[in-house]
Amino acid sequence: MMKSKENSLKISAAFNWVNRLFSTGRETSHPFWLIVEKEISDHVRSLRFVIMVALIGLTSAATVYLAMSGLKDAIKPSDPEGSFLFLKLFTVSDGAIPSFHIFIGFLGPLLGISMAFDSINSELGKGTMSRLLAQPIHRDYIINAKFVAAIIVITGLFLCLSLLVTGWGILKIGILPTFSEFCRILALTALNVLYVSFWLNLSIYFSIRFKQPSTSALACIAVWLFVTVFYGMLVSLIARSIAPSEFAMPNQIIAYQKFVQGLGRLVPSQLFSDACTTLLMPSVRSLGPLTMEQLHGAIPSPLGLGQSLLVVWPQLTGLTAATVVCFALSYRSFMRKEIRSR
Amino acid sequence: MDQEIIKITGLTKSYGTHTVVNNLNLSVNKGEIYGLLGPNGAGKSTTILMLMGLSEPNGGSIRVAGIDPVRQPVDVKRKVGYLPEDVGFYDERTGLDNIFYTGRLNGLSGKEAKEKAMWLLERVGLTDAANKKTGTYSRGMRQRLGLADVLMKSPEVIILDEPTLGLDPEGLRRFLELIVELSREEGLTVLLSSHHLQQVQQVCDRMGLFVSGRLIAEGNVRDLAKTLFSQELISYEAGLYRENQTDAEWERIRQSVVEAIQNTEGVTNFSAEGDRLFWASSLPSGHEIANKIFEAKVGLAYLNKKEFGLDEIYHKYFSTATQ
Repeated sequence: MMKSKENSLKISAAFNWVNRLFSTGRETSHPFWLIVEKEISDHVRSLRFVIMVALIGLTSAATVYLAMSGLKDAIKPSDPEGSFLFLKLFTVSDGAIPSFHIFIGFLGPLLGISMAFDSINSELGKGTMSRLLAQPIHRDYIINAKFVAAIIVITGLFLCLSLLVTGWGILKIGILPTFSEFCRILALTALNVLYVSFWLNLSIYFSIRFKQPSTSALACIAVWLFVTVFYGMLVSLIARSIAPSEFAMPNQIIAYQKFVQGLGRLVPSQLFSDACTTLLMPSVRSLGPLTMEQLHGAIPSPLGLGQSLLVVWPQLTGLTAATVVCFALSYRSFMRKEIRSR
Repeated sequence: MDQEIIKITGLTKSYGTHTVVNNLNLSVNKGEIYGLLGPNGAGKSTTILMLMGLSEPNGGSIRVAGIDPVRQPVDVKRKVGYLPEDVGFYDERTGLDNIFYTGRLNGLSGKEAKEKAMWLLERVGLTDAANKKTGTYSRGMRQRLGLADVLMKSPEVIILDEPTLGLDPEGLRRFLELIVELSREEGLTVLLSSHHLQQVQQVCDRMGLFVSGRLIAEGNVRDLAKTLFSQELISYEAGLYRENQTDAEWERIRQSVVEAIQNTEGVTNFSAEGDRLFWASSLPSGHEIANKIFEAKVGLAYLNKKEFGLDEIYHKYFSTATQ
């Protein structure tokens, strides 16, 4: 008798639990996740986000389509990457249109900027921030939730994109990706998210610093243009002016090369493209200059994913650091900001 | 019920060298409607921000429902509803969604929040607009939605910063009535700031007059006037009644009255315009003068003692003190 009662209690407890799991709006959620929820729905509903998704989707489709048609020319019998046919989908280009990862490197920042350039200042301007701050929540919930929500949306987007490309590739070329290729694709997705989150944090910072959304958008785009277009020109200009003569000592030339590369790697876009290349081309062994002695005796075989990751570890660390710095700056200035009604 | 729910002592706030709130002492009792009046830039909003823990004071102490908003801002925000000046809503969401979100943030479950939101929308007369986007709301509707938003958390105290701003007279009257009604029903303490002296004094139990960061007078309108104008003379105005006297006769009579008044003790600033006479006096009553007029055998059409009221307070502090 006792036992059956105990059992029925257990069953009803289980039912309660299931009920709680599936009934929407029965339970009280933590305010942080409520804000995240609201931010995500704002992102997904916004026209801006839809436009960016359409842009990224279309360019991805175009590049992958061209990569597929150029795939047979891209494979050479002696190619050590022959076994990584699937990754070619992301890297091959016919010269007319850049490849997938270059496009993502180009449009990713724009996505990050478009999602966050008005995240704080528009709420201040509309007067919703002071209303939100009058609720019993800690102030940092707002900025943390904005960041987390955007990251969740971006992760979802890039995961979808990578998996769609993979699926389409399987259907079209009829070859399944190997497990290590799949892992590389996932690593690339994570890298994309990291790169976009850097731009996201930068634009959150600008949205706190500048009162007008248009000013912060312009500031973000200015930084983006400088980093992606002008910085490269600047570096090559400097490189040309300090280039050693052709007959200089080898170690001098190496030092020069290292300096120029180091200069180039001060910007996140270079870090991103280095990391992308290494992840997508397993045959890349080093991102710096290699001497003949270092190459001597090397077997021209592709690296494993772990080894590739080791090669780009500094790049990944740099990108993460830049992202964290931007977030810390925005956190600090947001916490100290005096929020008045508009 | 005379329990202090808001207590401010020695509160000071300055931005750089500019002191916005200067050694402010203020207390509001439970269940009271308190009006914080003052011209623009008097420091009303800053005081309110400090009450909510949204801005840090440079000195002094604040207790709201026994809690220090500097130390425990979240606890204060649980008990205090705040309607900011020119409140903003998420324009692309409906009115219901907006206050539903507030309810959820205050720890209500989805079901409770929805029920409470619908009930409050009915109370403020927005049931029909509940599912319209707030971007389409008029100024008055936004203000009423703001009131519903503030009440979502079942507060003990509500603080309204310039709730009357930008409302038309009829809307304003109805809005203030709504505040009084709701606060009496729920036993709420209301602190509202405004520079609309005339309208606000009708609903407030007590008012504090706030000028350049200081509370210079407190109480109802009469108390305010007493504090502010105790040193000043009382103005009188008298009108003489002319029957069918000839001009010369009238002029002679008038002159005698004028002299009689001028020679009365305490009368200053005398002036005459035709049959209207003006003077200021330290005497609290005009009966002596009236007697003199009767002695001169002239009819007295009226005798008017000018009380210091809203207009004078308004004129003295609001029209000039906008630095």
